[in-house]
Amino acid sequence: MAEITLVEAIDLALGFEMARDPTIVLLGEDIGANGGVFRATNGLQARFGRERVIDTPLAEAGIAGVAIGMAAMGLKPVAEIQFSGFIYPTIDQMINHASRLRNRTRGRLTCPMVLRSPCGAGIHAPEHHSESPEAIFAHMPGLRVVAPSTPARAYGLLLAAIRDPDPVVFLEPTRLYRLFREEVVDDGEALPLDACFISREGRDATVVTWGASHAEVMGAAEALAQRGVEIEVVDLATLKPYDSETILKSVEKTGRCLIVHEAPRTAGFGAEIAAEVAERALYSLLAPVKRVTGYDVVVPLSKLEKQYMPSVERIVDAVQKCMEAA
Amino acid sequence: MGFDFHIDYLQLLSPAGQPSDSAGTIVEDEGLLVGFHRAMTRARAFDTKAIALQRTGQLGTFASALGQEAIGVGVAKAMRREDLLVPSYRDHAAQFLRGVRMTEILLYWGGDERGSDFAKARADFPICVPVGTQVAHAVGAAYAFKLRKEDRVVVCFIGDGGTSNGGFYEALNMAGVWRVPLVVVVNNNGWAISTPRALESAAETLAQKAIAAGVEGLQVDGNDVLAVHQAARSAIEKARSGAGPKVIEAVSYRLGDHTTADDATRYRDPESVRAAWAREPIGRLRSLLVARGLWSKEQEAALLVDCAEEVEREVASYLATPAPTSDFMFDHLFATLPPSMLRQRDEARRHAPAPGAEHG
Repeated sequence: MAEITLVEAIDLALGFEMARDPTIVLLGEDIGANGGVFRATNGLQARFGRERVIDTPLAEAGIAGVAIGMAAMGLKPVAEIQFSGFIYPTIDQMINHASRLRNRTRGRLTCPMVLRSPCGAGIHAPEHHSESPEAIFAHMPGLRVVAPSTPARAYGLLLAAIRDPDPVVFLEPTRLYRLFREEVVDDGEALPLDACFISREGRDATVVTWGASHAEVMGAAEALAQRGVEIEVVDLATLKPYDSETILKSVEKTGRCLIVHEAPRTAGFGAEIAAEVAERALYSLLAPVKRVTGYDVVVPLSKLEKQYMPSVERIVDAVQKCMEAA
Repeated sequence: MGFDFHIDYLQLLSPAGQPSDSAGTIVEDEGLLVGFHRAMTRARAFDTKAIALQRTGQLGTFASALGQEAIGVGVAKAMRREDLLVPSYRDHAAQFLRGVRMTEILLYWGGDERGSDFAKARADFPICVPVGTQVAHAVGAAYAFKLRKEDRVVVCFIGDGGTSNGGFYEALNMAGVWRVPLVVVVNNNGWAISTPRALESAAETLAQKAIAAGVEGLQVDGNDVLAVHQAARSAIEKARSGAGPKVIEAVSYRLGDHTTADDATRYRDPESVRAAWAREPIGRLRSLLVARGLWSKEQEAALLVDCAEEVEREVASYLATPAPTSDFMFDHLFATLPPSMLRQRDEARRHAPAPGAEHG
C-alpha cells in the first residue's frame, strides 16, 4: 500500500484494468512515450504496446468519434483530451452519437467509452486550460458525468467508468492532480457510480460539491468546526445521473443546503441541485439554499484565478450566513 | 521541386450503355449484371413509394436516392456479409443489400427508433444525419477489426458536402496514419441541399482530398454501376489484404430534391436535371443487358411487379407497426435505467395518450 497522488491513481487504475481486460485501448494526444502531458498514462505504452496505447493525430473531435466506432465494435476505448479547453470539439460526437447510439439502435449498438479530461483552474496554466465544462455534458441525456475529488475516489471511479456499459465523461481536477497524497489500494475495486459520498458528517448544514472544490470545502469544514459549526460534506462524484436521495436525506437532517462549484454560476450544476432541493425538500429547509461558485465570467488567466475559484473563506462566509438565517 | 498527383477516372459503361474496351470480364458476368439491375430497380421502386407516402402524410421527411442507385448497389455488392457499413442518410440502396428491410427504413423516416434496430445487418451503423461525423466512427470500427486481426473491412458513405466538413478530414487523416481497412465512398451528387459542388470546394476532384492524408483516391462514374463495383471491389479487397484505406469519389447527380422537405426548383435549372436524366444508371445498364440479350421486356415487367409487391408488403408492415409507448424513450437510454430516472418515466406514463390515440 502506498500513498499516491490523484494523477498516479488514474495511471494505476488504467494499468490495472488494461491488464485485466484486453479490449481496453487508450487513445489521445501525447499519451504514449510521453505518458500524457500530465503523466496520467505514464508507462502504459511500454507495458501494453502502441496498438493499445495510441498516440493520435491532434484532432479532438476525431478522437471522440474514433472512440465511438471502437466502442460500437467491441473495444473499450478510454480517450484522453489533453486540456479542458480542447474538449469542446468533442461535443458534437458526444451529444449526437456517444450518448444516443444505444437508444437510437434500441440497444443493438452500444458505446462503452470513457472520455477523460483534466478540468478546472488553479495551476497557472495558459489560456483555454482552466475550463469547468461539467454542466455542459451533464445536460446531455445518455451520458454519465463523473468528477473525482481524491486519489482513492479517482481510482475506484475510473475503474467503474471503464466497466460501465455506457459512455462516461470523466473530468479530472487538474489542481488536485498533485495537491496531496492518499493511500490507494491497487486491488481493482471499483466505487459505485451514480452515488454520492459523504466525505464528512455534520449536523448543521449540507454542503454539496465535486471535483477540485471538494478540497476547499473540506478546508472550510475544518475552519467551521473550530467555530462550532459542523457541516456535512457531500461529494457528488457522479453528476449525471446523480444521487439526489443522499442529498435530500442530508438536507432533511441539517435543514441547510449549500452547493459549491468552480464552474460559472448561471445554469451551473448547482442550479439543478438547488431546484431539486426546492422541489422535494423545501419544508426541511431552515434557510434559503445558497451557492458558492465561479462567477459568470470568462475563467481568468493565472493572475486572477485564485479570486475566481471558490475559496475556503467564501465557503465559510456562506455557511455562516446560512447559520445566521435560522 | 514539386509534387505531382493524378486522380484516375474510371468509367466502364458509357451513358448509352456501351462497354469500354477496358471493361474486361465484368460485362460477361450475367448473374452480376442482372443482380445489379434488380437491386437498382428495387431501390428506385422503394424511393418512389416512400415519396408518395410522405406526400400523403404517412411518412416523415425522406431523403430520396433517385439517380444514385448505382453507388449503393455497386458498393454493397462488393462487400462481404461480415464487413461493416457506416452509412449516411441517402444509402438505402446499399442498406437493402446488407439485409436492412424496407420496413425498417420506413420506420426510421416515419419517426420510430426501431427502424435502426436492423433484424439483419446487426453490426451495421444506423443512418447518420450529422454530416461528416460518421467517418470517424468508421475509422474506429476499422481500428477494432485491425487490432483483433479480423478479416473485415469498413465501408463508409458520405456526400460531396460532407467532404467539406472537418470530421471528414480528421477521420481520413487518422485512417491514413493507422492504415485501417476502410473504404470511404463519396456520393458526389452535385448538390449539398442548394449548394452546388462548385461552392463546396475549389478542388478539381473530391477524391484528391485523400492524397493530403496519405490515402489513395479514385474518381469513378457514379452512374456506371460496373465502374462503381469494380472500384469498390478492388478497394475493399486491397483494404482487406492490409493495403490501407481508399477514397472513391462516385460522381452522380441528385435527380430528386434533397429531401421531401426541399424544393429544388428554387435553386437549380430544370434543364440541368433533364440533361442529367440522360446519364442515370438504371437505363444505362438495361441498355447493356438488352443489347446482350440478357433481359427481355417480359423480364422487366415481371421485375417491376415483384418490386411493387415487395414494396407494398413492406409498407403494410410499416403501417401496421404499433406506435411506441412512452417507455421507449427510457428503455435504451442506458443499459439499466438509473433509479433517479424512474420518476420521470412514471410521469411520462401518467401523461401518455390513451392506447391507439396517437397511432399514425
